[in-house]
Amino acid sequence: MGAMTAVTLDINGERFSRELDNRTTLLDLLREHAHLSGAKKGCDHGQCGACTVLLDGHRVNSCLLLAVAMDGTEITTIEGLAEGDTLHPLQQAFVDHDAFQCGFCTPGQICSAVGAIAEARAGWPSAVTAEDAPEGPVELTVPEVRERMSGNLCRCGAYVNIVSAVREVAR
Amino acid sequence: MTTTQPLLGAPTARLEAREKVTGAARYATDHPTDRTAYAWPVPATVVRGEITSIDTTAALADPAVLAVLTHQNAPRLHETDDPNLAVLQSPHVAHRGQFVALAVATSLESARAAAEAIRVTYRTEPHDVVLTPDHPGLYKPDEVNAGLPTDREHGDFDTAYANAPVRIDAVYETPALHNHPLEPHAATALWDGDDLTVYDSNQDSSGVQRTLAQLFGLANGKVHVVNEHVGGGFGAKGTARPPVVLAAMAARTVRRPVKLALPRNQLAAVTGYRAPTIQRIRIGADPEGHIEALAHEAITQSSTITEFVEQAAAPSRTMYNAPHSRSTHRVAQLDVPTPSWMRAPGECPGMFALESAMDELALACGVDPIELRTRNEPAVEPDSGLPFSSRHLVECLREGACRFGWHDRDARIGGRREGRLLIGSGVAASTFPALVMPSQAEAHAAADGSYEVRVSASDIGTGARTVLTQIAADTLGVPLDSVRVRVGSSDLPPASVAGGSSGTASWGWPVHKACTELRQRLAERGYAVPEQGITVAADIAQDIDEREDLARHAFGAQFAEVQVDPATGETRVRRLLGVFAAGRILNSRTARSQFIGGMTMGLGMALLEGSTMDPAFGDYAERDLAAYHVAACADVPEIDVHWIEEEDPHLNPMGSKGIGEIGIVGTAAAIANAVHHATGVRVRALPIHPDVLVARLADQPGPP
Repeated sequence: MGAMTAVTLDINGERFSRELDNRTTLLDLLREHAHLSGAKKGCDHGQCGACTVLLDGHRVNSCLLLAVAMDGTEITTIEGLAEGDTLHPLQQAFVDHDAFQCGFCTPGQICSAVGAIAEARAGWPSAVTAEDAPEGPVELTVPEVRERMSGNLCRCGAYVNIVSAVREVAR
Repeated sequence: MTTTQPLLGAPTARLEAREKVTGAARYATDHPTDRTAYAWPVPATVVRGEITSIDTTAALADPAVLAVLTHQNAPRLHETDDPNLAVLQSPHVAHRGQFVALAVATSLESARAAAEAIRVTYRTEPHDVVLTPDHPGLYKPDEVNAGLPTDREHGDFDTAYANAPVRIDAVYETPALHNHPLEPHAATALWDGDDLTVYDSNQDSSGVQRTLAQLFGLANGKVHVVNEHVGGGFGAKGTARPPVVLAAMAARTVRRPVKLALPRNQLAAVTGYRAPTIQRIRIGADPEGHIEALAHEAITQSSTITEFVEQAAAPSRTMYNAPHSRSTHRVAQLDVPTPSWMRAPGECPGMFALESAMDELALACGVDPIELRTRNEPAVEPDSGLPFSSRHLVECLREGACRFGWHDRDARIGGRREGRLLIGSGVAASTFPALVMPSQAEAHAAADGSYEVRVSASDIGTGARTVLTQIAADTLGVPLDSVRVRVGSSDLPPASVAGGSSGTASWGWPVHKACTELRQRLAERGYAVPEQGITVAADIAQDIDEREDLARHAFGAQFAEVQVDPATGETRVRRLLGVFAAGRILNSRTARSQFIGGMTMGLGMALLEGSTMDPAFGDYAERDLAAYHVAACADVPEIDVHWIEEEDPHLNPMGSKGIGEIGIVGTAAAIANAVHHATGVRVRALPIHPDVLVARLADQPGPP
């Protein structure tokens, strides 16, 4: 039994409080304690991106964060993106473009795409953004989407369709 | 009872798409259970030897730890035909990474810490882990994977080869490749008395049911295997693997539901991989490129636990006309993890070798690579002498050539530059057998006008659930939404593995058969359905046996354009095109995704993937997704996929051939051939890494 710490955070708009083993990751908090199994554990080492969620609006690998350090934060998972029966535009675009096969990386891909689009709109450059690019939103060209989505592996090889789906929403 | 839109061939969206994009789809460890315990395996830290002691004191000091299983206290298992599943049954260690203990605790954190606290001591023995072309342990196995013959010989290869005016003699190597599905092997196991339920990530719920029943000495009906959603498999989940056995053992021991999700860095050693191959190809031809003699001799490895022989020379028995031919396989059993199926076993590494050699022959004869393949098109399957049920390789090559702009290219080696980049293009053929396996299904008409079809198929991301619904609705002549197809459970009528690209044929056929009979029975009754409904069961075992002897294969052609930076040796694929002839395409949307997915994995095989044996450590060095590079989004260019409308009445009632594997066959050769066209460097050992290319480019005469 490890040392325990109380943590309170907001998950998909709902308050979640729990006394947790200090070794618990944010991913395991979501999956094993909050019973939100949408975020997936593909590697537990920040290498695959399947556990991507939004932390205060920014995409993060939830397997690399300790839950007790998340006190007071707002987390959005794949379960929190749709508005009732209406899918988030990225969820709908992933369906329309067949941007997945097995679906295991999909929650992470979609959360990552939400974050990536926000980052581009906020003017964050990527490794392929021209050095002399003007300030302001970055256009999500095909190379930009490929670069920005490269933290999320898809072993089924749905990248071609993922890029189309993300570009459709980013436009 | 009519529909206006044709259902077969339609781009129907995956029926489970909404569940997958909302996170509602439940995979093996997503099912909520009460009093859940967590299991964490302990891999052997030696290559070969015997456990002499296991100290669990520190691990058990944590009150959250419920048990530590070792070979000394684990439940005894019955024997099966897969000795890799005899986990924790003996102190013997046959390879590094084999499981030696299992920690079980009430929390994941405590299970992990306990596993790390277990102290195992070993008596070690010297190990032998490196495959070489002259390894003294190489022998001729009785057969190779898929039950194919080990060696085949036609005519007099040696004489014909010696007398041939043009000769190619080259050795091609493919490294060990690891499947690494995004969902690691995982299971949640629950016992209810003598009934075992497992939510398991596998490609064959019926097969895993039979294996678990055997291991635990239970009747098949006592074991319930659920695999409703599976996060990829690519062959690595084709049969039961150790994690599900461990989860079931642990659940029986601690009398709680147990979840076991294999840590990624343990996967490579215990779930199978594509064995490395060393393939010598010799081709003797006339000056116009007509093949007189063809030899394909493959060397590979297996473990000391089981013999698995990658059938790399098999495609040479199907592809090209060769009056004098030889194909052989030799294997050495080493102190390595047990290899197994990985997407297109045999064809995938074998066609890298054969299609690279064909490119070398084309250059040696001065014949266009597409024309060379056309000239060697066989009238019947060269090895068996059987007619092909259908074969449209030449059409794929020609259609692809048009779409790719093949004939506009400058065929000269190193002839095209853009700035400092060298640009090249390459072509290769694809092939994969059109297999079918015995399966059963049931179709039920309910009184409310709805239909339910049951088959223990596994949808591992292929779209099986969707295409089976299309087949059922089309056969019944009803709208798609009035049919519910249930898959993903061994409680359904037994069906075959989602492997060998055989799923749609093997499951669709009994679905078609049951629905055909159901429709007939309904018609006879004037469509009046009694309150309890009408159920029809179908089994295709006999239908398969009664088929005519024919050579049934899918074919394709792949084209690649690459750029090579001579300063860094970096190769990037600029575009890929695949044209396939795979019978009737039943869902154009999911089929396209399957082809693209296979080609994407083929791109990874060409440029990125490969596991390196460390002779001293005694295992593959790449143990996670940071070290083992699968293609990422930025590696993958636009991929264009087309298919030839192929009518083949000799397959199954749908007229379909499998499409899950052919996409990876030939991609690596097309890319390697393109790299040669760009640079003049022939890479015969994959992957085409920058360090290899930059060194070889430096040795080239003249610029750059």
